[in-house]
Order: sequence, then C-alpha cells, then structure tokens
Amino acid sequence: MFGLNTKDTRLLLIVALLVVLAPFLLNPFPEGSALAQFNAGYPDLMQRFVIFGVFAIGFNILFGLTGYLSFGHAAFLGAGSYAGVWMLKLLTINVIPAIIISTIVAGMFALLIGFISLRRSGIYFSILTLAFAQMAFALAASVLTPITGGETGLQTSLNDPRILDAASEGGNIPAPSIFGLQMRDSFELSVGEWLFTFNTGYYLSGIIMVLAFYVAIRIFRSPFGLMLKAIKSNQQRMHYTGVNTRPYMLACFVISGMYAGLAGGLMVAMDPLAGAERMQWTASGEVVLMTILGGTGTLIGPVLGAGLIKYFENIFSKINDNLLHQWFAFLPDGMEEFMVTIIHPFIGKGWHLTLGLLFMGVVIFLPGGLVEGGQRIARLFSRKKPSGKDGATTRTEPAE
Amino acid sequence: MDQFILQILNGLDKGSAYALIALGLTLIFGTLGVVNFAHGALFMLGAFCTVTLSRFLSFEVDTGEVMKTAWGTENPVTEPWIYGTLGEVTGQTVIDWAVPLSILFSIPVMIGIGVLMERGLIKHFYKRPHADQILVTFGLAIVLQEIIKYYFGANQIATPAPAAFVGSFDFGSLIGFDANSIIYPYWRIIYFCFSLVLIAAVFAFLQFTTFGMVVRAGMSDRETVGLLGINIDRRFTIMFGIAAAVAGLAGVMYTPIVSPNYHMGMDFLVISFVVVVVGGMGSLGGAVLAGFILGTLESFASMQFVLERLPGINQIVIYLAAIVILLTRPRGLLGRKGVMED
Amino acid sequence: MGILEIKDVNKRFGGLQALGDVNLSVKQNTVHAIIGPNGAGKSTLLNCLVGKLIPDTGSVMFDGQSVLGRTPYQINQMGISRVFQTPEIFGDLSVIENIMIPLFAKRDGAFRLQAISSVDSQTEMRERAEEMLEEVGMQDKRHMHAASMSRGDKRRLEMAMCLIQEPRLLLLDEPTAGMARADTNNTIDLLKEISSTRNITMAIIEHDMHVVFSLAERITVLAQGTPLVEDTPDNIKGHPKVREAYLGETD
Repeated sequence: MFGLNTKDTRLLLIVALLVVLAPFLLNPFPEGSALAQFNAGYPDLMQRFVIFGVFAIGFNILFGLTGYLSFGHAAFLGAGSYAGVWMLKLLTINVIPAIIISTIVAGMFALLIGFISLRRSGIYFSILTLAFAQMAFALAASVLTPITGGETGLQTSLNDPRILDAASEGGNIPAPSIFGLQMRDSFELSVGEWLFTFNTGYYLSGIIMVLAFYVAIRIFRSPFGLMLKAIKSNQQRMHYTGVNTRPYMLACFVISGMYAGLAGGLMVAMDPLAGAERMQWTASGEVVLMTILGGTGTLIGPVLGAGLIKYFENIFSKINDNLLHQWFAFLPDGMEEFMVTIIHPFIGKGWHLTLGLLFMGVVIFLPGGLVEGGQRIARLFSRKKPSGKDGATTRTEPAE
Repeated sequence: MDQFILQILNGLDKGSAYALIALGLTLIFGTLGVVNFAHGALFMLGAFCTVTLSRFLSFEVDTGEVMKTAWGTENPVTEPWIYGTLGEVTGQTVIDWAVPLSILFSIPVMIGIGVLMERGLIKHFYKRPHADQILVTFGLAIVLQEIIKYYFGANQIATPAPAAFVGSFDFGSLIGFDANSIIYPYWRIIYFCFSLVLIAAVFAFLQFTTFGMVVRAGMSDRETVGLLGINIDRRFTIMFGIAAAVAGLAGVMYTPIVSPNYHMGMDFLVISFVVVVVGGMGSLGGAVLAGFILGTLESFASMQFVLERLPGINQIVIYLAAIVILLTRPRGLLGRKGVMED
Repeated sequence: MGILEIKDVNKRFGGLQALGDVNLSVKQNTVHAIIGPNGAGKSTLLNCLVGKLIPDTGSVMFDGQSVLGRTPYQINQMGISRVFQTPEIFGDLSVIENIMIPLFAKRDGAFRLQAISSVDSQTEMRERAEEMLEEVGMQDKRHMHAASMSRGDKRRLEMAMCLIQEPRLLLLDEPTAGMARADTNNTIDLLKEISSTRNITMAIIEHDMHVVFSLAERITVLAQGTPLVEDTPDNIKGHPKVREAYLGETD
C-alpha cells in the first residue's frame, strides 16, 4: 500500500494509529491519582513529541543513511522558526504558509551551509556544521536583532501588517490558526476518572509527522537512499562506480535541513515565538542524542528517541518531593523518608542526572538504541508465542 | 599599539586553557581512538578539586574556648581546624594558598578519576562506533555535572588566588609605554606560564621516556604496536589518567580567573573540540598551536576598535577562523591523512 | 590506434621520477599486462589512468578522448572500470545491492535524484542484477552481507560490479594478490571467460607470472618508471633484457 512493501506499510499504519490515539494512550492514569504525574497526554507535550519526531526523522535521513554527523542541525530549525514567525507577522496568521516557507527557507540555508561543509568529511564536516550553526546562533542573538528579535526573541504583535488577514478585532494578538481553527483549541473528553484532550495543534503536527515519516520511508527504500547508503559504506568505490557523490550528499543534506525547518515551522505554529537559543549547539546535540538513543539508521528509532527524551524532560522535571511523599505515604515513616531521599537527586531539577544515566544505560546495554531493545523484546515474545508483534508495539508506546 | 599588546596577553591565558583541554582530548583520541565528550567535565572536576580543598582547609571547628561577649552570653569560638595543627599564621597562609596547593591535591585525584573512568567505562568502547562513544561520554558528562551540582549547588563559587598574586602587573611601563596602559593580572601570567610548563612536561614525557615512545608509536600506528606484543592496555589506562590530570590541572588553575560552576566544562567542551579539529585530529602540536591561535584571535576580536567596525565579531571569530582553516587546510593545521575522515 | 593511448607521460613525486616518458598502446579487445619489479611505477601509471593522479606531462587518450583532468567518476562514465588490489565493495550492503548500485550509476549517470520510487519496483534492473549474479555463480549469496564473505567471493563480487556496467576497458590492479593457488586459478578462469565472451579490453597489473602468462596477449615490462619492452608473452619470456631486469630477479 502507498507504494510500500507490507512491512513498511504496517510500520506506517502503526505510527499513524499511535499518533491518532496518543491522547488516550499517553493518559493511562486517572486524573488526580498519584500516578497522574506520568500522564503525557496534554497538548503541549504531545506537540513536542511529534515536532521533535519530525526533526529527528530528518536528522536520521542524513546521519543514518550517509553517516555524516551534522552538529549544526539546530541552525535549520532556528532559521525555519524565524521564517515562520515572519510569515505569521507579515502574511497571515494561518499557519500553512508559515510552515511551507519555514521548510523552504531552511532548505535554502542548508543548501548554502551544505555546499561549503560537504567539501570535508568525517569529524571535519561535523566541526564545520557546528561552526556555522554557532555563528548563526551568535549573530541571531546580537547583530541580526532587527530580523531575529535578538535575545528576547521574535514574536507576533498587534501591529503586524498580516496583509492577507482582515484587521483583527478586540485588540488581541491573533493566535495561530488553520482556516479559522485555532492551534490552541482543544476538545476535552471526560470518561469517568479520566480526562482526554484532543488538540488542533497536536493533530496538525501529528498528521504532518506521519506524512514526514512516510516520505522518509520512501527515501530509505529509493535508489537515492541506496546510493546514500553506498556512500556511507565505501565512498572510494562510489567514485570508481561513476557516481558523483557531492550532489547526492548535498541533496540529502538539504532534505534533512528541510525537515528541521519544517519542525521549526511547526514549533512557531504552535507557539509563535522564536528565540536564538533554538540554534545553539545544545539543541543540535539534542537531536543527535535522540537519533542515537532511538537507533541510528532505523526508521522508527529517531521518533522513539525524540519521544523518550522529551518525556523525561517534561515529566521527570516536574516531580517534586511532595509528590514523592504522597507516593510513598503507605510506607512506615522512616522508610518513606529513606525512599524520598534516595529518589530525590533524580527528579525535579535533577532530571538531567536521570537522562545522563539513561544515555549511558542505553549505549552500554542496547548498542543499537531503543529499536534494538524492542527487537530483543520482540524476539523474547516470539519465542514464547507466535505473535511476536506485541513486543515491538509496546516499545513504541512511550514515544507516541 | 598598547591595546594590541594587551589583547595578545589576554588571548594567551584563554588560549592556554583551550590548549590544555585540547591537548588532553587529542591525547585520548590519538592513543585510544575515543571521542571523549566528558573531557570538559574533567576540566570542571579539576576546578572543583580546588573548591573542595579550599573548603576542607577552612573547615571551622570548635576551639574549646569560650568567648564572653559584652552582654555576658558565652559563644563557642570556632576557627579553621588547620590553625590548630599549624598555628594561626601558617594556617592562614595555607588557606590563602589553597589554589596552588590544589595542584598537589588534584593530580592524584584526577589520575584516579581518569583511571576509574577508563577501566570502568571507556575501555569497553574502543571498538564501538564514534557515535556510541559520543553518546556514552556525553551521558557521563551530564552525570558528573549533575553530581557536582547536587553537592555544590548551581551557583558560581568564588575561589580567589593567593593574596600575593591578587592585583595586576603594569606591563606597559616595563616595555616603555605609559604607566598603566597595559595592565595584566598577575594570576593570568601565572596561568600562562603554568600551562607552558604543563604542555612542555607532557611533550617531554612523550619525547624522552620509553613509555612516551610507545604511546607515540601507538598514535601513529596502533595495530603494529599491538602486534609487537607490547601491553598497550595498561598504557592506555595510564594515558587516560594523564589526560584527565592535564584537564584537571587546567581547571584547578583557572578557578581564580572564572569562578567555577557545574557547567563550566560544557562551555569549554565545544570550543575545545573546534580547537582539536582545527589543530588537526591526532596532532598534539596542532592542538596546542590552534588553542593559542584561536584564543588570541578571540581576544583581538573583542577590541573596541574591531567591534565598532565588525559588530558581533567577537562571538563568531573562533568559528569563522575554524571554517577558513578547515577549508584551506583540509586536515586542520597539522593533521594527518585518514584520521576520522569517514 | 589502440583504445587506450598513453603518450609521453611523466610523473614526479618530489625528487623521484615515478614515470618517465611512458608510451603505451592497448589494443581493443586484448588482455594487456603491465609487469615490472616493485617501484617500477605500475600503480602510479594506473592511478594516472583513472583520475586519481594527474601526470605532469603527456597525454592519456581513451577511445579518442583525453581522460586527463577528469575525476574518477567521469572517467568511469566514459567506460573505464577498475578492480582494486584489495576488493573495494560496499561491505555494509547485501550482495544484490552491491550489484544494483553500479547498474543505477550506469543507467542514471553521475547523479539523479530518484527519491520516491522504490528500489524493489525496479524489476528490470533487478533481473539484470540477478543475471549477473548467476553468471559469476553467486546467486545463492544474493542476500548475504557483503563484508562477511570470503576474500575470493569479494573479488568475484567486485568483478561483477565492474562487469555489469559493461565497461570497454577494465583495469585490474593485482587481482590475485594475497590469494591462495586455488583462488588464483579460479580468478584466472573467470577473467579468461570474461575476455572471451565479452568485448572488454583488459589492462592488468600483476606480480604473479603464472597469472600474466596464462592471460595476457601483450605484455609491457616497466622498469624504473619507463617501459623496457613490449611484446607477446612468448617473446617476453625469452627476452634477454627482461630476464636481466626483472625475471632474473624473481626466478
């Protein structure tokens, strides 16, 4: 189906289904219960899952297929964000033009940086991309303030021209919308103790992520994808096979940059604010970590990695000592105190510690990333019972 | 002209820090083939060795005496415990000299940390892809950083240089400029000299000892050295310890220049990588050279004169230089062919 | 006129004259061996033919067109394929993919962005790749990871990757280096078969006299960067100059 083989079609359908059902799947715990803290089914976080999913899918097209490790991909995300906000300011508050222009602008930016950086390979390429991105970051925060809003960032305001829109009423800054439907609009469904939120912005981003995922599968299975894998495997043989690797690499780099721009465009569509820190090396490093954590070169891996890191960042950072006391209230006083003390360093402001340990744990025990872990579980299941698909799907759950 | 000289001087101490970290990174990369993202954390740990020692020395204990205040209440008198051991005058001096003393303290600690890291973790990653090495050492860097944050807090901790070195040196009048035209803090001069000595020591060690010879041979051709039946593993461990100590010492001595905080390592890490690559992967001389060049360039770009003409250049000059160098010299300043190019 | 004409080629590396006034003509549809002691300049010459090195002076014409100043991929697109001393294959990919990549390169030229259609849907290409696999006797290994094969199989695969592009000139750089006797003989048979069934000109650089004399129709002896003599194998065997300069040393 869709020009994919059965296995890929199944993967695509699973991802699509998970995206659609995420508001249920991510909210397994009743409102107000002690474990409600672990619910991730609120719009802001779900949006982040899919948007960073897009970013990581795009990064993986470059890194997974060609092995070229870009350390400056955040620059394209940032460029896309700025372009997106400008569209929301100048053109219309409808997010569609903003998202499209974000992608195109990031693509052009990637063309420029890629053209220069791809003259080198290996770590030299990584450092060139890093250098360009850091320059973009520094300039965006200082000299380019008229375009980027400097350190305060760029945002929509009441006085923006928005030439395609009718004058806004009521003196409020209009919220990004798609044909009248606001991104922040949500529909809440209450089922007994449970509360599920269906958010416009999330579903828009979700649909785009599924599309982006679909395109990525096509690229992976195409002759173009095969050529890129061959470049990764043996560049020398490629030259003596009559292939000019440079345009292949550049095309790949631009596509990957466009994915980053798309992610940037979606970010500002959800929240019309773009800051320079989005371009900083830490942001570039994050997408590298997402991809490696999930499983470099696999289709679903980057999405899982993005989901897991964002989950940790948002959920673990919000757990505090009070909550811990609640959870362990059933223990005798001494024990309760003890458990809270033990767990305390890993939560709240200490969530980075958990993340660091997670990175180390995954690399040490699951060299292929989360996908490798999923496959191991799947194998475990399939040995016990014939339908081994359960393992793979349970793995995808935390991300979607 | 005086500004010019001042900026060269300013560039030297920053360049020294870059050079020292890059030197350690290159040592690890060249000998072990590991991309160590935790190297900035080692720099940071070194700085916190100083903090620890200075806190330890000035730890207050009860003297057992009681002081009667004017109102008749009795307060126990406390003083740093070291007064009790060394007497007040010597004790005072020792506390004042905490930073230089940390050199002695940090060498065994940092070597220990380095050896532990290599044996416990890095060792298992020699044959793994660079991506895995990056992820695991990055994870380790975060963990180390968070541990430090947990115990020392997130704020900067001021650790002054000994009183004797506080203040500045009037370099201008020495070389015939107006008095006070070129003022340079004493401690920065010391930092620069210290790093020169340290760099020279590392080079001498590699140049003149049998151990260093084997390591250098290993850097240029690992397989052959392995085939010669030389126990390269133990040497790798020691090398890692030394590289950790170099990064640590760079951190120890840097504390009076910038008060340490838990993320100072990350701040230096990225630039150090740029320095290493610009110097040429695997080249020790290149790392040191690039460290000083980029450090000096950065301080030149911060000159008022330059900033007026090229606003924002101070923020990007290192990266700009890196791009120009890498495009004109494909393997950095002194890099060899084929190292980490695929 | 041969298909490959090398005229007055000189190449210096610093003070070393690697090639001095090399003149060589390879006739179409022949197997031409270039032999010579170590350091005679054989590999340098080969690298000048494929665009890895550029001679200081002289000309290299392939089928009436100069190859000088062209990059390796452009030269390949002209119809010259190269087999390396150690097989250069795509180790991370499967055998069938290894064969399909040169096929795409042949069909699509140096670059073509084909990012949406799938490799699997290219049935015609796949069939041709399968045929080639059968021809070199590797059809059972089509899904094998190329890096995990034996050296002999890798050599076979590399040969197939070159042949599927239907080159007009195949350059072989010591194709039997480091092989066991049996493997060497297999390779000789394979090359013999290729040269008799296809219109492919071959230029072989070789150390092993057994290989050279079983395959070559013409032999050029290179010594210190200069061709010493060029003749048929029988004449070369008895040539006093060659015996002195080369065969005498090895025999």
